[in-house]
Amino acid sequence: MVTEKEVEHIAELADIGINTVELGTFTHQFNAILDYFDVLDQVKGDTTVTRDLTNIMREDVVEPSLTRDEVLKNAAAQEDGFIKAPRVM
Amino acid sequence: MESYELTFEPDDRYNAFLTICKKAPYRKGKLSGIAVAVKDNISTKGIETTCASKILKGYVPPYDAHAVELLRQAGAAIVGKTNMDEFGMGTTTENSAFGPTLNPCDTDRVPGGSSGGSAAAVAGNMVRMALGTDTGGSIRCPAAFCGIVGLKPTYGRVSRFGLIAYANSLEQIGPMGLTVSDISTLMQVIAGKDRHDSTTYDRPYTHTPVADVKGLKIGIPEEYFGEGVAPKVADVVKTAIHRLEELGATTVSCSIPSMKFALAAYYVTCTCEASSNLARFDGVRYGPAADTKKSWHEAYKEVRKAGFGTEVRRRIMLGTFALSSGYYGKYYTKAQVARENVKADFARIFSEVDLIAGPTMPTIAFRLKEKSDPLSMYLSDILTVPANLAGIPAISVPCGKADGMPVGLQIMGRPFEDERVIDAAYAYEQAVK
Repeated sequence: MVTEKEVEHIAELADIGINTVELGTFTHQFNAILDYFDVLDQVKGDTTVTRDLTNIMREDVVEPSLTRDEVLKNAAAQEDGFIKAPRVM
Repeated sequence: MESYELTFEPDDRYNAFLTICKKAPYRKGKLSGIAVAVKDNISTKGIETTCASKILKGYVPPYDAHAVELLRQAGAAIVGKTNMDEFGMGTTTENSAFGPTLNPCDTDRVPGGSSGGSAAAVAGNMVRMALGTDTGGSIRCPAAFCGIVGLKPTYGRVSRFGLIAYANSLEQIGPMGLTVSDISTLMQVIAGKDRHDSTTYDRPYTHTPVADVKGLKIGIPEEYFGEGVAPKVADVVKTAIHRLEELGATTVSCSIPSMKFALAAYYVTCTCEASSNLARFDGVRYGPAADTKKSWHEAYKEVRKAGFGTEVRRRIMLGTFALSSGYYGKYYTKAQVARENVKADFARIFSEVDLIAGPTMPTIAFRLKEKSDPLSMYLSDILTVPANLAGIPAISVPCGKADGMPVGLQIMGRPFEDERVIDAAYAYEQAVK
């Protein structure tokens, strides 16, 4: 069982924004879904086999890319050719 | 190169399109002047791409997805962007911020999802072919519900570059069309290695469909005809499989014991991947403006609460929860073990059979608003998610009707045997046409 308090904490971690009415609904739905997920408790083992895969690497060299104008085009707030973000501090 | 222009002014009574390009440019090529619709989570340079979400309203990609670039090079006219469940999260196309798409076969019913707009555009005869994406059945489900053909290619066969990510380890871009030939033609264009997607393989598709299943062994998993599958749907699919036998295939019953865990493994995996992927939507680089006077978390929260729909927020939170300290081992780790078990089951079965067949969906298309409870909607994906977990090719081809609505026959194959899957679907299609 997850509690409303836990769901509120998760919403906080995910920066999702949640109001009190939603909190009740989400908690109720989460419990139904997590109950269903409990079937995974019956899965044996905790490690997956290593797959036959290899990493794909390339040299770290500059390649043609988008221009600054193209990149800035979709940013709602900008200043002097930079993207403007909310305060971090 | 000389450029031409296609005029495209469809009567979009099903709300299949989010954006319509009335004047669609094209060049000479294999698909010269053929109208192709593209799902709205696939980037199209200069054409708004929203993933059917308010959080991307107004976003115009500065580049084409690799698959779109290949379509343009082949001469296709990109005539519009199709409706979908927001970010691909849904099985009905009702989770769109811009209203649901209706099923052209019965407008009181959903077209399936999440590529419901692409399916309705094809089934409603607005375009001959379309691109969709399939994370847990999002091409095959709407293809089955709308009575068209849809293929989820082998994972790695088609580049995901420019596909706005939801669950990277599961999703593939794939073709949707009226006929199996159309699917094959689109695969010839979009499949192959792309240096911008390191999960692609150098396995181009150069095949032309051959209507032949003689001597093929087809596995029929008992789980695909078990609890939860509507008897009328099962009967239609059994008749279709019998037809394949008449065409020279032999069938053998088989079992996928890991199916018991497949749906939970799928939903844990996709929500975990979504919680990470969708962190990028912060209203800073694209989307509605974040209030830069507020603090980061405050502004971020505000944008995401207003911009994401309920199902998207639900999945982000579920994924965040499943990955959180104390729960990771119980959910994510177990889901990955279950996923390996699904793969192993398929590998075992495919050492004895060439193909696996069963229904695409357990029921016919739902009525609008029928699936209001999230878990009951998730459960309807049970027959499509195994192919995504295993990365194998799977096609849905129309095989008749139940209660007046289309039913899809699903055919799955070994990894990189998309050709064989297409041939079997083609053999069936040609035999019943």
